[in-house]
Amino acid sequence: MRLYADHAKCSGCNACRVACSLNLFGENNPKKAALVIEPHFPAPGVYEVKVCTQCGDCAAVCPTEAIQQDERGAYYVVFDDCTLCEACVPVCPEGVMFVRAELANAAWKCDLCGDCVEVCGTSALWVAEKEPAVV
Amino acid sequence: MNGYGGHILRVDLTNGMTSKESTPPQVARDFIGGRGFGIYYLLREVPRHADPLGPQNKLIISSGPISGMLIPGGGKCDWTTKSPLTGGYASASMGGHFTAELRYAGLDSIILEGISPKPVYLFIDDDKVELRDAAGLWGKGTFEVEKHFKEKLGEEFQVAVIGPGGENGVSYACINHDFGRQAGRGGVGTVMGNKKVKAIVVHGTKSVPVADVDAYRAAGKAIFKACKEAEGLKEWTRYGTTIVTSWCDEVGALPTRNFSAGSFDKAKGIYGQTMREKIVITDKGCFGCPCPCGKYSHVRKYNTYVEGPEYETIGLMGSNLGIDDIEAVAQANLLADDLGIDTISAGNAIAWAMECYEKGLLTGKDTGGLELKFGNVEATFKLIELIARREGLGALLAEGVKRASQKVGRGSERFAIQVKGMEQSAYATHNATAMLLAYMTCDVGAHHNRSWAITYDLQVGREKVVPEKVARVIWLQNFRPMFDVLGGCRLQWVELGIDRNLYMPALEAITGVKRTWEDLDKVGERIWNLTRMYWVREIEGFGREWDLPSPRFYEEPPTSGATKGQITKFEDVQKLLDMYYEQRGWTSDGLPKPETIDSLGLRAFVG
Repeated sequence: MRLYADHAKCSGCNACRVACSLNLFGENNPKKAALVIEPHFPAPGVYEVKVCTQCGDCAAVCPTEAIQQDERGAYYVVFDDCTLCEACVPVCPEGVMFVRAELANAAWKCDLCGDCVEVCGTSALWVAEKEPAVV
Repeated sequence: MNGYGGHILRVDLTNGMTSKESTPPQVARDFIGGRGFGIYYLLREVPRHADPLGPQNKLIISSGPISGMLIPGGGKCDWTTKSPLTGGYASASMGGHFTAELRYAGLDSIILEGISPKPVYLFIDDDKVELRDAAGLWGKGTFEVEKHFKEKLGEEFQVAVIGPGGENGVSYACINHDFGRQAGRGGVGTVMGNKKVKAIVVHGTKSVPVADVDAYRAAGKAIFKACKEAEGLKEWTRYGTTIVTSWCDEVGALPTRNFSAGSFDKAKGIYGQTMREKIVITDKGCFGCPCPCGKYSHVRKYNTYVEGPEYETIGLMGSNLGIDDIEAVAQANLLADDLGIDTISAGNAIAWAMECYEKGLLTGKDTGGLELKFGNVEATFKLIELIARREGLGALLAEGVKRASQKVGRGSERFAIQVKGMEQSAYATHNATAMLLAYMTCDVGAHHNRSWAITYDLQVGREKVVPEKVARVIWLQNFRPMFDVLGGCRLQWVELGIDRNLYMPALEAITGVKRTWEDLDKVGERIWNLTRMYWVREIEGFGREWDLPSPRFYEEPPTSGATKGQITKFEDVQKLLDMYYEQRGWTSDGLPKPETIDSLGLRAFVG
């Protein structure tokens, strides 16, 4: 399973990012969310949404095995095992692996909780089976 | 303090100093936030009879406890000041993401004081607060300046900016944000320009503390769920506020040719459906909104991008100017936003000038050769620019229709569509007595958002003048602005019919204070009386006469459309006020009685 996004439906409201920070940290702070909305205004007037594809590249490079996989295939960070080494950040193809020591004492990423989907009013986000990789 | 950023930022522009103070818990308790904070600080700190365009006036910018939270519509920011347009109370509500960012920077309000000796912008990045030189930005349009900051500082910075209209002292200059959201009404942008503040940029990374995070998450999600399951969600999101254009045309509420009628013979060209098909490319939401009313458009005829137009602009810069081309309306919208003037007041001013021209009260000599006939798109574009620059006829129109018509005279005052000096927003009220009363008694002038009562008129009989209608207007005036106090949007309740009681567990979990809507309606009533007391304090001889509508609605029945031949009798106008004052506990001249002031606990604010 993974999270999917349809840019054309996103209205940039950021409810997803607040829901995300509440899930990951129990805090009301979209700067600590694991998905990104990039507005492109005034032209061409669209929102670009970046979400985790659960590719696992982050887990593969983590030296302390702090990124684990659950039974649905979602990779999540075991906060206590993270050393903030940042090895995971540059390998993330979507730019949604975060290490910001000033904000949190562990790396964070999407754990596929689905809260963002729950609050998205325009159905721009959904969770579904991963499509087979194109080789 | 749970549910609050925790600080008020004061900016002394005269001396270039900034300071922070803790948000006073008793002010949070009694006034909650948003426009509650606005009127509290305005009454307390701006001295009586201060010049709106002088160093004593302040601009008070406030979020509320649901701003930036997991609550649908927590994206509203209140801008309160003494109005340069009306001389009384002004409070403008701005959507977007600015109010959320303020709270992430640990702020509940910003209070701009004094006047800067040179153009500046206010820079806020968490605890770093600076006044920076804005000489290179002065004179530039709002879009260019916002884009400049986004490129320079990053997308996470939120920007509120004035245009040339605010710099040049147009009485109804607005503040722009998020490429298309405004604090539009009453000249809040004029005050910011007078203070030489070109922009405020803010970025914050703090978490807003809450009393019970689990209860808050659950309660917030429950409101999102209700919104997503609402029957009207899809239709509303498709059209936003433009959904009412066709309805208003059908019931005779669409302002047409300076409110001389309520139906427009060529209205189909500006219907929401036409707009959606022709120009809309993206649904654009304010912070945390599941039902985004913002429609972002690509206007191919002019090769421009603009948010909107929304209904008010369609009414005032479309049908009210006799313009039936949605692309022309969108372009007029863009010009007004970029130059930083309110489309509602500007649309009224241009319509009034067109009527003057067609009646021979203004001639080609006055207009600089512009043929100011209804329907003239190019003349409209030109006038928007002249108003923003206060050049030629634009200098007169920049005063607003009340003062402009007093200067031109010769009966033009009678078709200046305003109350208390503020131009009327986009509902024609020839025969809609609750909506007429709502405009007459609105606390900033002729604006609709405090009490949108026109559907109630149709429900109970539009010409009826009965106590139930007055009670409805009062209830709406106490209740609807509570969303502006909470820092959120009312449209989830208005348009999707969300049960307002769903908000109470969320508010309690956020702030730790249990409240009911009965309590909040009472806070709303106190705030309404305080704003009234502000008018009484500021304007010598303020009273009943200030609540009268434009004579057009009791003197001139439309000659076409759904309200053809219909007006409200002047005796009914007076009767509406009699009933309203009685129900409010005000004197027959519209002043809060001493016992009303005492029963609401407002004695400390008298004088």
